Amino acid sequence: MIRLDGVTVRKGDTLILDSVSLELTERRIGIIGPNGSGKSTFARLLNGLEKPTTGTVHVDGAPTDRVSALGKVGFVFQNPDNQIVMPLVDEDLAFGLRKSGLSKSEIGERVQRHLERFDLTHLNERRTHELSGGEKQLIALIGVLVMEPAIIVLDEPTTLLDLRNRRILVSLLDRLDQTLIVVSHDLELMAPMDRLIWIDEGRIRGDGNAGDIVRGYREATAAEPC
Amino acid sequence: MLTSDYVPGDSVVHRARPLIKVGLLFLVCTWLFVREGWLSLAAAGLVLVAFFAIARIPPKIVVAAIRPALWVLGLVFVAQLFLADWRFAGFVVLRFAVMILAASLLTLTTRTSDLVEAIERALGRILPARSAEAISLALSLCMRFIPRVRDIFEEVKNAQRARGLGTSWRALVTPTIVRALKSADEIARAIVARSPDGPHVR
Amino acid sequence: MTNDTTRDIVLIALFAAIMAVLGVFPPITLPLIGVPITAQSLGVMLAGGILGARRGALSMVLFLVLVAVGLPLLSGGRGGFAVFLGPSGGFLVGWIVAAFVVGLTIERLWPRLGHVNAFIACVFGGIIVLYAIGIPWIAFAAEISIAQAFVGSMPFVPGDLIKAVIASAVIVTVARSYPVITSP
Repeated sequence: MIRLDGVTVRKGDTLILDSVSLELTERRIGIIGPNGSGKSTFARLLNGLEKPTTGTVHVDGAPTDRVSALGKVGFVFQNPDNQIVMPLVDEDLAFGLRKSGLSKSEIGERVQRHLERFDLTHLNERRTHELSGGEKQLIALIGVLVMEPAIIVLDEPTTLLDLRNRRILVSLLDRLDQTLIVVSHDLELMAPMDRLIWIDEGRIRGDGNAGDIVRGYREATAAEPC
Repeated sequence: MLTSDYVPGDSVVHRARPLIKVGLLFLVCTWLFVREGWLSLAAAGLVLVAFFAIARIPPKIVVAAIRPALWVLGLVFVAQLFLADWRFAGFVVLRFAVMILAASLLTLTTRTSDLVEAIERALGRILPARSAEAISLALSLCMRFIPRVRDIFEEVKNAQRARGLGTSWRALVTPTIVRALKSADEIARAIVARSPDGPHVR
Repeated sequence: MTNDTTRDIVLIALFAAIMAVLGVFPPITLPLIGVPITAQSLGVMLAGGILGARRGALSMVLFLVLVAVGLPLLSGGRGGFAVFLGPSGGFLVGWIVAAFVVGLTIERLWPRLGHVNAFIACVFGGIIVLYAIGIPWIAFAAEISIAQAFVGSMPFVPGDLIKAVIASAVIVTVARSYPVITSP
């Protein structure tokens, strides 16, 4: 469970998030909001990539600057090109485990197990820069899954994908047991969520079941002057 | 672009430990300057020819290894003709050729990955684990970045062309570098996010 | 490793990669004197001028290590240990010091950084210091006098001056839009 208490984030003079307090307990949570609403910052707070200016973020009772909290939250970046660190696929998938205390062969086995689970063993020894955009997004996600986090935060996971790859990613996400927190504009992706949180100008403008929030968000977006 | 000129093989020269080869290379080159003379040069040359034969490097590859240096060696030869005589000019140029070929032998008979691993292991012994790890990360990251920077450069070039802008060096290099820096900062954050057991915490 | 060290490692690796990419461009040959100009010495000035002295010099070390282990990353596809043992090996090793000096000069000038200042930094570190290392090396290795090595190296200067102009323009623009060096 993630808890935010009075979280405010400021960058220079700009207020990005304004005293947000929330408890996130559902298994599928969506975060929506227009560009620049603060939703990306919100996502980065959850695994300590971003630090609150004031207020606190706790994961299962531990603050996010503690190792015990960070190991529980995996983060998938919007652009997989910026998340893939190593030249070869298997090296990259093993990257997060390099200091896990597992032996080389245990790491190798775990990487293989995850590739097999999603039918991607054929990518094993490929060069990461030669992968297609969709394959890169999947590898970025699996690189997080091998860490076996309890919670996965995804920042706009579908924006750079074509329809086919989007479908593959969505079906893969459906199969995950982890708690998912997805930041996206993709209302179709958000529709099946257990809970949606709508962030606008650094504040929570809506919080509830997906149907209501999507409707409210659509109406508000349509009503805005162009 | 990212493959070296490694010639596969199973000879003694191939199997020798990479750092021993580097050490020998260093010794031979130092020797050629300390013991300056035709005798030591001829000895080094003979040993080198023997090693090339043992490693079964095709002559064509030997020629290709020395070719890029030929025009510089030509210049040196001409300079020495004016300075000294043709014999000394020949000596200086041959000494360069022997050193360059000796170094090429190292490259031709050693896999890049083996050499990198040997360097990492040697550094791990003399440096604290943390620094050795940082160096090994930097090496991998660089290999990862080379195709990425090339892609960014191509994208910038195409965008400039589409906008009808001329392709001056400055107009290409600046946006490429700014985009590469942004990407690098995001990758630094990803490394932190993907290393839950350390980097965050001081 | 702190977050700052991680970022330093990433930036060092990035500029080593930029050097490699600059090596792909075919050398331009100056019409009158017939000397090849490569884009790579531009990368030396950029690494120092954008990353600063320490990280700039380390990115050169990293690049040269990759060259030394056999990757053909120098312009014209050259690589391997042999390149350091040729007459111009001093210029390659000199890249480390050159990037450091360009970076140090830019760091000192940071609050007043402009095109003229940046150009001076690039010429000082990327040409004067670099040649001060490369020329004695040629003289020693090829057993010629320093004066002869100096004369032999002069044809490269016009090309390097052009690169200093480009590098200083890039350094100033990057310093304004995405500064990496923080003022002292």
